[in-house]
Amino acid sequence: MTDRALVVVRAGALTTVQDRGRPGHAHLGVPRSGALDGPAAALVNRLVGNPPDAAVLETTLNGCALRPRSTVTVAVGGAPCPVTVGGRPAAWGAPVVVPAGELLDVGTATAGVRGYVAVGGGVTVEPVLGSRATDLLSGLGPAPLTDGTVLPLGAPAGPPARVDGVPQPGPPAELVLRVTLGPRDDWFTGRAVRDLTTRAYRVSAASNRIGLRTEGPPLERARTGELPSEGMVLGAVQVPPDGRPVVFLADHPTTGGYPVIAVVRAADLPSAAQALPGTPVRFVPVRRR
Amino acid sequence: MRALPVGDDALLVEVASGQEAQAVHAELLRRRAEGSLTVREIVPAARTVLLDGLAEPARWAAELTGARVPEVPVRARELVTLPVRYDGPDLAAVAAHWRVPQREVARVHAGTEFTVAFCGFAPGFGYLTGLPERYHVPRRATPRTAVPPGAVALAGPYTGVYPRSSPGGWQLIGTTDAVLWDPARVPAALLEPGTRVRFVPVGDA
Repeated sequence: MTDRALVVVRAGALTTVQDRGRPGHAHLGVPRSGALDGPAAALVNRLVGNPPDAAVLETTLNGCALRPRSTVTVAVGGAPCPVTVGGRPAAWGAPVVVPAGELLDVGTATAGVRGYVAVGGGVTVEPVLGSRATDLLSGLGPAPLTDGTVLPLGAPAGPPARVDGVPQPGPPAELVLRVTLGPRDDWFTGRAVRDLTTRAYRVSAASNRIGLRTEGPPLERARTGELPSEGMVLGAVQVPPDGRPVVFLADHPTTGGYPVIAVVRAADLPSAAQALPGTPVRFVPVRRR
Repeated sequence: MRALPVGDDALLVEVASGQEAQAVHAELLRRRAEGSLTVREIVPAARTVLLDGLAEPARWAAELTGARVPEVPVRARELVTLPVRYDGPDLAAVAAHWRVPQREVARVHAGTEFTVAFCGFAPGFGYLTGLPERYHVPRRATPRTAVPPGAVALAGPYTGVYPRSSPGGWQLIGTTDAVLWDPARVPAALLEPGTRVRFVPVGDA
């Protein structure tokens, strides 16, 4: 019997198993989690013939290296990077066959932050509450990969896509985040709301899967005191006491006590996942649909 | 009742008290069960209930704004009993806040029926209400870097039990062996919003 498994030879800075997450459990304090750049994860799944909810690997900045125990089809997407199989250059953003025992190297991103590696059949670690995603806030799902980790693979569901390559959005030179104001914009001065939507912010190096942190003019509160804990949504722009807005990403806490001045459109969050520290950020107010 | 829009497909329903939030939460769960409310998440909290992934948010905002808080009859929700040893390192500090002898803390706490108002902070961590206001205590001035799993703790109006080891600033009054969170169990969380809870002293306490 073929041993459908993947050996992690080089785990990289932070490589996790991700899928579409575990929505529906927020009332128990369970974050939704899941791939930060959902469209990129869906695309690599499609390239190898996987269903959209198959689990993939999400890499951070410097990729990873993997050795399959049986011949597999893979696709690498998200942040552009060099890809090699057995030391020879291979395609990025297209289905690639990796023979049993050969080394797939997903290199350092030439732009962007998060790479996605889909393998035909998907990564089939044990699901937790219906998802295989690693949730870094609460520790649900498999631990981040370490060198030597062996990941089980499923049986391929369908044939790989017959394409040489597909267009994928490049990482943003400037991160434009459309926001609707509220629910707690009244906790801030008019000037703070103007600052948020007109002044320059930058992506902070302290950003992670929980939140995109920013550096820029601190937002001034109109009200002091504590906001009783309330439910938080994906894309919420929460303002902690230091006044620097934080955009909640997939592993965000389900409740929080700092006021949310605005909410980022869901369609703009995948590009937030690819914005390097230092990238300029603009919050652009839009009307609620 | 106010309904604040949150992004494009969520609403934050805000009321005046925790009790009202629990009533609104129960009513919204009822509407979802009967099929009139289509929503991905219903997340109760201290004074609010979040409806996230909501179909027709504008219609619901109009319907809920200014609506009266429903008078939800107290249904016989599940009662969970948690065995507890009142041996926490902050027992003396809590007794001092309450101005009672130390053993009185266990008597008052174990004599109270709690309700899980909401969950958050960590999977399976419930914010339990029920202690009268005179027994509310502040958080510790300096949070602990590691609170052991099963620690029974107080902060503000709430009692909580730490499902796993984590940093924490709550006042620790006891320990339970109950498993608050087990992803392999169905249901994973022992405590859900609305669950009634009693602490039962065991051992030397």
